[in-house]
Amino acid sequence: MEPEIQIQGLSKTFAKSKANDKALKNINLSIESGEMVALIGPSGSGKSTLLRHLAGLSCGDADNGEIRVLGQSVQRNGRLSPDVRKIRARIGYIFQQFNLVGRMKVLTNVLTGTLGRVPGWRGCLGLFNAEERALALKCLNRVGMDAKADQRASCLSGGQQQRVAIARTLTQKAEVILADEPIASLDPESARWVMEILADINSEDGRTVVVTLHQVDYAREFCRRAVALKAGEIVYDGPSENLTPALLASIYGTTSFDVDGEPARKRKAPAPNKGFALAPAS
Amino acid sequence: MQSASTHSNLPAGQTSLLSRNWTSLLGWGIACAVLAWSWGGAEMNPAALFADGNNMAVFAADFFPPNFHDWRLYLSEMVITVQIAVWGTVMAVILAIPFGIMSSENLVPWWVCQPVRRLMDSFRAINEMVFAMLFVVAVGLGPFAGVMALFIHTTGVLAKLFSEAVEAIDPGPVEGVRATGASSLQEIIYGVIPQVLPLWISYSLYRFESNVRSATVVGMVGAGGIGVILWESMRGFQFAQTCAVMIIIILVVTSLDIASQYIRKRFI
Repeated sequence: MEPEIQIQGLSKTFAKSKANDKALKNINLSIESGEMVALIGPSGSGKSTLLRHLAGLSCGDADNGEIRVLGQSVQRNGRLSPDVRKIRARIGYIFQQFNLVGRMKVLTNVLTGTLGRVPGWRGCLGLFNAEERALALKCLNRVGMDAKADQRASCLSGGQQQRVAIARTLTQKAEVILADEPIASLDPESARWVMEILADINSEDGRTVVVTLHQVDYAREFCRRAVALKAGEIVYDGPSENLTPALLASIYGTTSFDVDGEPARKRKAPAPNKGFALAPAS
Repeated sequence: MQSASTHSNLPAGQTSLLSRNWTSLLGWGIACAVLAWSWGGAEMNPAALFADGNNMAVFAADFFPPNFHDWRLYLSEMVITVQIAVWGTVMAVILAIPFGIMSSENLVPWWVCQPVRRLMDSFRAINEMVFAMLFVVAVGLGPFAGVMALFIHTTGVLAKLFSEAVEAIDPGPVEGVRATGASSLQEIIYGVIPQVLPLWISYSLYRFESNVRSATVVGMVGAGGIGVILWESMRGFQFAQTCAVMIIIILVVTSLDIASQYIRKRFI
């Protein structure tokens, strides 16, 4: 049987960069149904880019490469499949910046999850029926946000917005959940909440979850499998418990890892310019 | 000496900051040159305001006291003027929504955007008065010609303002809607319009105010409204009546400005 997510020979060159400076280099990856996979790697390693390609939000290079999800083609040779909307409807996408529509009510935001399957005219006019509203409220209840259903999304905190965004993918009845840095903009408590909901969706509902993460300790705690990218190439694919400090050091290009496996900051504060001190007040 | 040593210490990228003084000086020079050049062409002659000061005083005195004898007529014509502005604006708003979206670079390909923009430029380039004269010929004398004139011109203006608002949106929420499998029309309805709605309402109200002002003059070329009375009273040297009409225009325009400011505050 075909794996649930299959990437073959995917490369990506951004228009403005040099030809040899690829964001993704010939990626081959298969993910089976029901897996929970962490994509890790330093900033700019291509993990978010890879996830965007999976949902058909970006197109790869034209010379080669195909992505198939749930047995349907998402894109091939740099062209989106004509049916990309149908496959997007089956893929839930969670963004780092939540990407809710701030001026719309929380419930309306969640109801947009149904747009992929309700008849087009009904979606355009916002005529969601009682059943769809009930489903949206049930999904909000699951993430603990049903009390806020009538508020504008912009009134919520970051952690609350991310939970609403998860409710949107639940309403979507997505079979695959792709989460792009879902906790990078959140406080530690909300981050744990969000990761626990994602793990729950994976274990209880049996949904496949792919999540890009900065924090290696979260990857180890919540995902059995980890895929590490570095400069657009997969440098590790295996059990997340095998991510030893030495291995992480080679991925992140730094030698100092603390006990939690948190990569140390590579950037140093810029040294002050010599001979440019404040002029003495004279 | 102090400054010279500072220069040499600056990194290469920052030395350009020092030359900014010269470019800004050049900018001021060009601005002054344009003003001087236009003075001649515009035959600017402020002295004329004072040279015939006595005539001006006599002329101004003719306006007072204002003659409100026909105030019922003035008021009913003013109501028609507002009605012209209402329909001209509403029709323009309805048309400016699709045209505004079609001239937004971030939503449509260039081969849609550029032709639509040029079409809107041409709508905007011609003044309402010119359109009014053309429509008087096409649909006959009366307020409808005024409505059409305001409609065409305002469509051009609003489409540009609407598209500028659309081009400044946050693409994130649009992508959020796209990721659910929504169609492009649904992306616009759920992702774009909620973001631009406050600005669109504000622009539309502002254009309504401007259109009330414009509607007071389209009557001068026969396109209905209070402009007809204004023109007739001025041509007949009935300056006391002209003054009364002007006072009514000022009162109505001011109260509409206040009302629309109130509405705008409620939406933003």
